[in-house]
Amino acid sequence: MISAEPYVALSLILFCLGLIGLMVRRNFITVLMSVELMFNAVNINLIAFSFRLGDLAGQVLAIFVITVAAAEAAIGLGLIIALVRLKDTVALDEADEMRG
Amino acid sequence: MDFLVANIEAIVFFTVAALTVAGGVGVIAFKNPVHSALALLETFIMVAVLFIVRHAEFLAAVQVLVYAGGIMVLYLFVIMLARVKDVTTERVFLSGTAPLAILGGVLLGALVAIGILLGTMASGPGGAAAMQAVDGEILGNTEAVGWLLYTKYLVPFEVVSVVLLVAMIGAIVFGRRDTVAGGPGEGVQS
Repeated sequence: MISAEPYVALSLILFCLGLIGLMVRRNFITVLMSVELMFNAVNINLIAFSFRLGDLAGQVLAIFVITVAAAEAAIGLGLIIALVRLKDTVALDEADEMRG
Repeated sequence: MDFLVANIEAIVFFTVAALTVAGGVGVIAFKNPVHSALALLETFIMVAVLFIVRHAEFLAAVQVLVYAGGIMVLYLFVIMLARVKDVTTERVFLSGTAPLAILGGVLLGALVAIGILLGTMASGPGGAAAMQAVDGEILGNTEAVGWLLYTKYLVPFEVVSVVLLVAMIGAIVFGRRDTVAGGPGEGVQS
């Protein structure tokens, strides 16, 4: 039986991939997908430590994370629709009305 | 053969982990958002396999139903609806954020390395049996999670339902045509 460390390492890699995508991509849709990657990394972490510590609280928290991820997806995709209606684009740097 | 049987969990983990990372790279590297969405779907399903390996069977089912079923379809709907043409052919990446991304990655790596170190020091009962038990009584994984969700974590559960309600209202408000075109109250053109 393998321990929790490989899971945490995988979670780290996945979270960093999501972070990179969040920061460098221009496409709003891909940025939201990167956020989903980060949510999944957090869930892997929670499950790994839930198993390691023998505590089901991690799984319950993962359910909450999934719920919040669903809410985030709904809001984010609504924002994309609004942006497309307003600017006819999904490129994030086109939405610069509030630039100071 | 004996080697396979003895190390089956490690073999499954490293195969699935490689596929998960490959999917994650695909999400941020593909130019076409549809391809990114399919890579994301692959990642979701691989994460569900990892949940099963860690005896979180209920969560694996939720992962496939909610992520791979619900959220993924929502993404594909929006991709089709938005008819993305401009960012697929020209510049893919934002300008001038690569140093920030590298810095953030390094800092995060250090943070999680500390987390791994602390995690190796923590200890508990662990094991598969604990994933199915409440107060020492053996139930199924789904039943055990349900018990915990509706007893100890009832208040967070209710709060999360409010979050979902707010998200639903927010999505409706953002999705309405008149809030974007003419401001509230005057948008009857749709």
